[in-house]
Amino acid sequence: MTLVTRFFRFWYDFIVGDDWTVAAAVVAALVVTAFLGRHRVAAWWVLPVVVVLTLGLSLRRSLGRRGS
Amino acid sequence: MGSVFLVTAAFLASAVEMVEALTIVLAVGVTRGWRSALAGTAVATLALAATVAGVGPALVRIPIDDLRLVVGVLLLVFGLQWLRKAILRASGHIALHDEDAVFRRELEGARAAGAVGRGGVDWYAFTIAFKGVFLEGLEVAFIVLTFGTAQGNIPLAAAGAAAAVVLVGVAGMLVHQPLSRVPENTLKFTVGVLLTTFGTFWSVEGTGTAWPGNDAALLGVLGYALAASLGLTMYMRYERRRLTAPAYLAGAGGSER
Repeated sequence: MTLVTRFFRFWYDFIVGDDWTVAAAVVAALVVTAFLGRHRVAAWWVLPVVVVLTLGLSLRRSLGRRGS
Repeated sequence: MGSVFLVTAAFLASAVEMVEALTIVLAVGVTRGWRSALAGTAVATLALAATVAGVGPALVRIPIDDLRLVVGVLLLVFGLQWLRKAILRASGHIALHDEDAVFRRELEGARAAGAVGRGGVDWYAFTIAFKGVFLEGLEVAFIVLTFGTAQGNIPLAAAGAAAAVVLVGVAGMLVHQPLSRVPENTLKFTVGVLLTTFGTFWSVEGTGTAWPGNDAALLGVLGYALAASLGLTMYMRYERRRLTAPAYLAGAGGSER
């Protein structure tokens, strides 16, 4: 592994951690929030809902991994 | 209100990481001597302070809405990582962080390393202490920088973190053993909830979307994040009991036949 790869790998592990889907869901929810906001729809609730659902799903997936 | 949360989050995050760093430094100091262990600790602390001092002013120049979006996303993703791990530990799915076990492991490693001194410096002790303090401290520096810039008060966040460093450091010097009684996971859970709350609040604001009740919504988000996290912990505890119940295990064994 090159130094550059190791550098980016470190920051990826540091910020994103074990489950990349959590980060992806957060970004997707914010894109939806911004999109709805542009169309004058109250969208403040999208991210809180997505955060709890994603965290729950991530925890459930970890159950499966540990169980298998 | 924001300042209280800012200091609390920085203080608690710093306390958790300082307890972990202290265990490493103590193990190395006890086995290999204090001079090089403390030198490694001092250099790591200076490197962390330089990181905060160097990156902080650059972050302050970013327009506040863009900053809150970026910082909000980073804090939220980072906070959810802490929260996920704290919930898995609180529900018994992964082991709690055991400072005594870490201390014993570090002691064995330090004893087995042999003499690697050059120029009066024990480089093993220096490197292990430096890495321990720098890597644990980097998470605190990240929280101080992101939280501090978004609230417009890096010095206050740094003061909260520094207070924890002093408190844990003094406690460590007094007891001279790992602070295994500190409820690390509860602190980590609390910090995770705070980071998730502020990350959610700021990133939604950063998209240009207004919260109902503006800043007052922060308390609502905090209550929601706390209730959801406690609910998920209870659910994970229930799942653990279910998965380890004799009837389930017998059923799992039966299906394999």
